[in-house]
Amino acid sequence: MTTASYEGLPERYTRIPEIGLRDTPSLRERLQRMWETPPGIRGWLTTVDHKEIGLRYLVTAFVFLFAGGIEALIMRIQLAGPEQRLLTPEQYDQLFTMHGATMIIWYAFPVLSGFSNYLWPLIFGSRDMAFPRLNAFSYWVFLASGIFLYSSFAVAAAPNAGWFNYVPYASKQFNPGINIDFYCLANIFMGISTTAGAVNFIVTTLRTRCPGMSVNRWPIIAWGTLTSNAAAILAMPVVSLAFFLLWLDRTFGTHFYAPASGNLSGHPLLWQHLFWMWGHPWVYMIVLPAQGIVSDAIATFCRRPLVGYTAVVLSTVATMMLGFGVWVHHMFATGLPIMSLSFFSAATIIISIPSGVQVFAWIATIWTGRPVFVTAFLYIAGFIFLFVVGGVSGFMTGVVPVDWQLTDTYFVVAHIHYVLIGINFFGVMAGLYYWFPKFTGRMLDETLGQINFWLTFIGFNVGFFTMHITGLLGMPRRVYTYPQGLGFEIPNLITTIGAFILAAGILVFVYNVIVSLRRGAIAGPNPWDAPTLEWAVPSPPPPYNFAVIPSVASRHPLWERRLREGDGESVLDRGPVLDHHHEALGVTAMDGEPDVILKMPSDSYAPFLMTLCISAFFAGLLVHWWWLAGAAVGIGIIVGIIWLWPRVEEGGERAIA
Amino acid sequence: MTQLRHGRHPQTRSSILPPRPDRKTWVSSGIAALFTTLLPCAARAQDQLPISHGLSYLTAFGPKNYSVVTLLYAVIIISLVVMTIVGVLVLFGSLLRGARPVDGNIASVPIERSGSGLLFIYIGAAVSFVVLLAVAVWNYVVLAAIAAPPANAAATIHVTGHQWWWEVQYESSEPSRTFTTANEIHIPVGKPVKVELSTADVIHSFWVPALSGKMDTIPGQHNVTWLQADKPGVYRGQCTEYCGQQHAHMGLLVIADPPDRFDAWWQNELEGPDQVHVNVPAADAREGQTVFMRHCAACHAVRGTMAMGKVGPDLSHLMERRSLAAGAVPNTVGALSGWISDPQRIKPGNYMPTLTLSAAELSKLRDFLRTLR
Repeated sequence: MTTASYEGLPERYTRIPEIGLRDTPSLRERLQRMWETPPGIRGWLTTVDHKEIGLRYLVTAFVFLFAGGIEALIMRIQLAGPEQRLLTPEQYDQLFTMHGATMIIWYAFPVLSGFSNYLWPLIFGSRDMAFPRLNAFSYWVFLASGIFLYSSFAVAAAPNAGWFNYVPYASKQFNPGINIDFYCLANIFMGISTTAGAVNFIVTTLRTRCPGMSVNRWPIIAWGTLTSNAAAILAMPVVSLAFFLLWLDRTFGTHFYAPASGNLSGHPLLWQHLFWMWGHPWVYMIVLPAQGIVSDAIATFCRRPLVGYTAVVLSTVATMMLGFGVWVHHMFATGLPIMSLSFFSAATIIISIPSGVQVFAWIATIWTGRPVFVTAFLYIAGFIFLFVVGGVSGFMTGVVPVDWQLTDTYFVVAHIHYVLIGINFFGVMAGLYYWFPKFTGRMLDETLGQINFWLTFIGFNVGFFTMHITGLLGMPRRVYTYPQGLGFEIPNLITTIGAFILAAGILVFVYNVIVSLRRGAIAGPNPWDAPTLEWAVPSPPPPYNFAVIPSVASRHPLWERRLREGDGESVLDRGPVLDHHHEALGVTAMDGEPDVILKMPSDSYAPFLMTLCISAFFAGLLVHWWWLAGAAVGIGIIVGIIWLWPRVEEGGERAIA
Repeated sequence: MTQLRHGRHPQTRSSILPPRPDRKTWVSSGIAALFTTLLPCAARAQDQLPISHGLSYLTAFGPKNYSVVTLLYAVIIISLVVMTIVGVLVLFGSLLRGARPVDGNIASVPIERSGSGLLFIYIGAAVSFVVLLAVAVWNYVVLAAIAAPPANAAATIHVTGHQWWWEVQYESSEPSRTFTTANEIHIPVGKPVKVELSTADVIHSFWVPALSGKMDTIPGQHNVTWLQADKPGVYRGQCTEYCGQQHAHMGLLVIADPPDRFDAWWQNELEGPDQVHVNVPAADAREGQTVFMRHCAACHAVRGTMAMGKVGPDLSHLMERRSLAAGAVPNTVGALSGWISDPQRIKPGNYMPTLTLSAAELSKLRDFLRTLR
């Protein structure tokens, strides 16, 4: 490595990092002091450690999962029999709206961000995310927006127009309460978190990896997350705008979504287009990283590399791109021209192919590997099956004349749950059983794990497969009760029983986590004999992740000798020592060539304070205290200046190559 | 789309395809049996109607649905086959290839790249592509055939969705032959009927599963669909776009009558209240009408009287209907009293105000309503 000449730059910007050994105690001690978060409330509010933030994302997303789950169980009690009056229609409407919003927006995407946050720098052989403070900020905003949404229950005005929130039912005229204002603002609020997180994942993926980590060597979860976050950058502005326009309609009487009258020309369908232009890509955004988890974990548990790496990567990207061209399949019954329906129908049918490629890759991996029956593998196998069930029911709804019957019945409820529980939750569970030892240093209990798996798998299928039949019998969605005598009684009772079995399975998981945190077997750095870089560091990893920056020569650094693959040898035990303050290595986007030494920011209150400002801003907009919103903007600008104020020790970058 | 093709002589169908329209499945007959017990007045009003159909769409009863149900069964079968193949591959692959690690140590199972496995992907993708392409083409054929209403519609009906009931206007080239009713649509058997859809408030969706798929009613937009029933019967319908608190109770019925009965029904609808055939003292009915004019007429209309309210359902010939409150309760004397005296109990959140009527007023009002035949 040579030093390029950068005339006029201060000395501290130009250096060639010394090469050191990983197992140098003095180096580790120095790095530990430098990177560790101080204990106590200060550390808790200021940390920018991606591992801490990743775990917070996971735990918080699970809290939302439990909240949404309790809402679901209450609804299932109501629907266990015909004409029940446990809930009033208004209560039921609030519950199903909050259930959908919570699960889709505050659980499914953030839980995957949790994995990615924790794992990113580890699988890429790096020290931290590209923007550590932005990372802390996106977590705090996620949390605050969720609290903002749930505070609506405290004033008995939770959103009640469905998570899809169709106008004009969601307009002021038909929904005069504060319910929908909560929903509009909470979504814009959460959009900030998603967008900030997406920027961070994209830059981290492209820039802060270890040398040799070229695009063809990334674990599949990196592809899934990069793809879905790139999509977030395109999709989030659409939905944030849609909610903002609705809020304007509701607050100031604009006419974006009002039917045309006189010289005002809005249209209620504009809402549906904007909402689903985000909404359908979002479905892929919340499953592609989970598919990535499965693609990576299946290799470990089948004791061989994933079959068809390139095909799986290409199909991941292709799915996302096609995913932007299918939104009208939510609107087949709105009276759009047949020609337009035909295009979107074709796209919806065709998107099965890239999804199918992944399924066949997993099956091939099982058939050409030696699967080991641990809980994580059971969840993977279950995932593949549920993926296909959710996939074929999606294909059925893509066929327009058939969809005219299926849409807005329980068949679609079954479909969406196979997608969200099957392709998201089961992947998440596989990921948790796989990486829990890395997160905590202890193994999850396998016996409890098997009970956990079978309860969730059986409960889920009993409950939700039955919903297909309920739908084929004609039961409409989003009804707080149903009449006797249409054949809905027995399937609904079965679904309620299944839902409770599923819930019991999730409780067993919680119990397993609590027990294993205290008494689980010690994991060691690589309990699964897995191939990727996160397994090369201790469990749990030290705050600085890697004492020296490793370099990789293959897709499976920890397997490459046994597989005889790669371009030379990966070097994990010696490498550049980056120990002048918080430092990380920047590499070129495609090839992973060393490029710069990045100076990383340290812990800060700014992300938390900024989140408080934004919370106050949205609270002001909600109750029309414009002075509060204005003050929050003013203070937010000051906090932003503090956040960005240049500091010498964090101040710059220098090339090492 | 000719009668010949879909009437008594459906196209040749293979055994895996759905049952012919004139063969009852256990589902539809079971539902039908339960449904008729729910509606005691159905037998009284139109006793010779053979079947009532619930919300299932697994059996088609009209030409808009025959090809759709066939396609539905085809995609269900394809889906079940795909699920089975994948399920079997995952299960047997795992069992056949499963490794037994020594002492539970996963590292004891060697890492090997045994075979590329790419053949799975090639074959899987190729087969999927062929099947999907075939379904896509089939999809377009069916779509093109059923989308537009036939040119020779026997009647045009304008259906308007309201929170939470359906307004139904029958149109005619002669203004004196148009009329409005609610929540029940009569159509002549064997003839296509054009249905124009609009809404008075929010988005609803018009759905009569046995006869036709869904079409939304959207503010500022006129959507069109059509219905045809090839057999007399009562076909249940339902709003399927979430529209607020009583979305659950926004049902409708489509009654397919033989053409002569349909014409007679239409003629009767044009007339005012009929006191001749009702066992109600004329004086009571007159007093009841006074109560009606005072308490109800601002919202409800009854042809042949001064009641011309447009907010709620038209009540001319209320007694000809099978249910009240858009299918929430059967149209019995008891249910009628219950509905008038406390509408919020039956449909919480609906817009019918709770009236403060004395028992005598309620009784007279009911007597008047019973004359609306």
